[in-house]
Amino acid sequence: MLDIQNLSVVFGAGRLRVDAVKGVSFQVEPGASFGLVGESGSGKSTVLRAICGLAPISAGRVLVGGEEVRSPRDKAFYRTVQMVFQDPYASLHPRHTVDRTLSEPLAIHGEKNAEARILEALREVGLGPSFRFRYPHQLSGGQRQRIAIARALILRPKVLLLDEPTSALDASVQAEVLNLLDDLRVRLGLTYVLVSHDLAVVAHLCERLLVMRQGEAVEETTAVALRSGAAADAYTRALIQASQGFTRGAVAPA
Amino acid sequence: MTANLLEVEDLRVRFHLRTGIVEAVRGVSFQLGRERLGIVGESGSGKSQTGRAILGLTPPPGEVSAKRLTFDGIDLLKASRRTLRTLRGGRISMVMQDPKYSLNPVMTIGEQIIEAYQAHRKASRAEARDKTLAMLEAVKMRDPVRVFSLYPHEVSGGMGQRAMIAMMLVTDPDMLIADEPTSALDVTVQIEVLRILDELVTTRGMGLIFISHDLKLVSSFCDRVLVMYAGHVVEEIAASNLRDAQHPYTRGLLNCLPKLQDDVRPLPTLTRDPAWAL
Repeated sequence: MLDIQNLSVVFGAGRLRVDAVKGVSFQVEPGASFGLVGESGSGKSTVLRAICGLAPISAGRVLVGGEEVRSPRDKAFYRTVQMVFQDPYASLHPRHTVDRTLSEPLAIHGEKNAEARILEALREVGLGPSFRFRYPHQLSGGQRQRIAIARALILRPKVLLLDEPTSALDASVQAEVLNLLDDLRVRLGLTYVLVSHDLAVVAHLCERLLVMRQGEAVEETTAVALRSGAAADAYTRALIQASQGFTRGAVAPA
Repeated sequence: MTANLLEVEDLRVRFHLRTGIVEAVRGVSFQLGRERLGIVGESGSGKSQTGRAILGLTPPPGEVSAKRLTFDGIDLLKASRRTLRTLRGGRISMVMQDPKYSLNPVMTIGEQIIEAYQAHRKASRAEARDKTLAMLEAVKMRDPVRVFSLYPHEVSGGMGQRAMIAMMLVTDPDMLIADEPTSALDVTVQIEVLRILDELVTTRGMGLIFISHDLKLVSSFCDRVLVMYAGHVVEEIAASNLRDAQHPYTRGLLNCLPKLQDDVRPLPTLTRDPAWAL
């Protein structure tokens, strides 16, 4: 479904040149879920942004459904690929009601019977029709993220790019959103690319994953291997160890 | 005199708002000796307001009351502003969440630490400078002299937070309140910062209040944990016995995290019982 070949993203030029992503490649089959893990500055979010046209593709190719994407992306692209952002407090327009937020993509793409589609989208993410005319400030963090997911799903895309979808949420709310994402993927046959700094979240939602560091791919591995603690690269092992919590007397990772 | 550094009994923090009175903290009681105490809760549980109320940092419309709020025998509610000022940063200090917002952006890191030291100790500039450099070394800065003259925007998040810890510990406080000190940091950096904090707290024999939303992290770091929900302490438990937690909220919080070791699907979610908030 997605084929990323030698993707590089460069910002600025000359002295200000930053190589945010350096030759990263991975493939995602239809219906699969792929994770990108790394710390801040590893370029994991930039990969997602480059796929959906929010960051330039400086070198390499991005293929969606076997076709190379064009810049700027056309409407058909956004019918196939949609993105959910990290912070639901920042990604929803504060002065637009849920109804207006959800009807905008429908209007852009000239979709009919908006009302039925909006109600259906709300139902899919586990919110009732009573949420339709609320403003974001009248919703909790978890409800906002559900609206952001509903907005991404309303055009019936095949690929969902998830950029840290639960890191701004409380632990108990995170569990609800992860369950929803898991359930939606099975029900709607979606393909996910999930970016997260939390190994446990990635291992929960994805089958395969890529560990990134400073713009480079460190290691591609599977969730199963991660669970058993098998990792070829020292950095991946350090990440696994760090995710186990604080231990006294253990050696600090280099 | 008791050995307790801090005694809190029936602490309440109220906010009088247009929409009515919101009680953010509703009757919290605990004692702190020279130990590590964790306060855990989700957003809105009142954990940060508890920490702020102790230092008298409750934002304006807020109102703090308590049957007892003493630090080493000093009544913090009746103390004069002058006394509070000498205590804050001197004998009690606080590390905040994000070094990007809590460091002064237009002063070098070294100057800020010198300022903090000279505000509480009568010391010459040279002495303060030596103390600052020693402190920067204590928080494992590779090149203290270089970091001394850097501005906050020139250092990474982990280094900024270590500078913050250096600043808070330079006056040798008796008690440190750390409010989500590592939440803005990467996981591997987080462990490194915690290790430094742990070492300093242990060697100096300070009391530490560690406020965080991360139950797993707190339980691996602290001796005792208070779990807060809707302004109450719902459970107090020794960190080593966390697995035997009794309260359904604590158990729910522990279970709803995805774990690397085993695959539970769907994740157990937390069913909130309105009775917990009573």
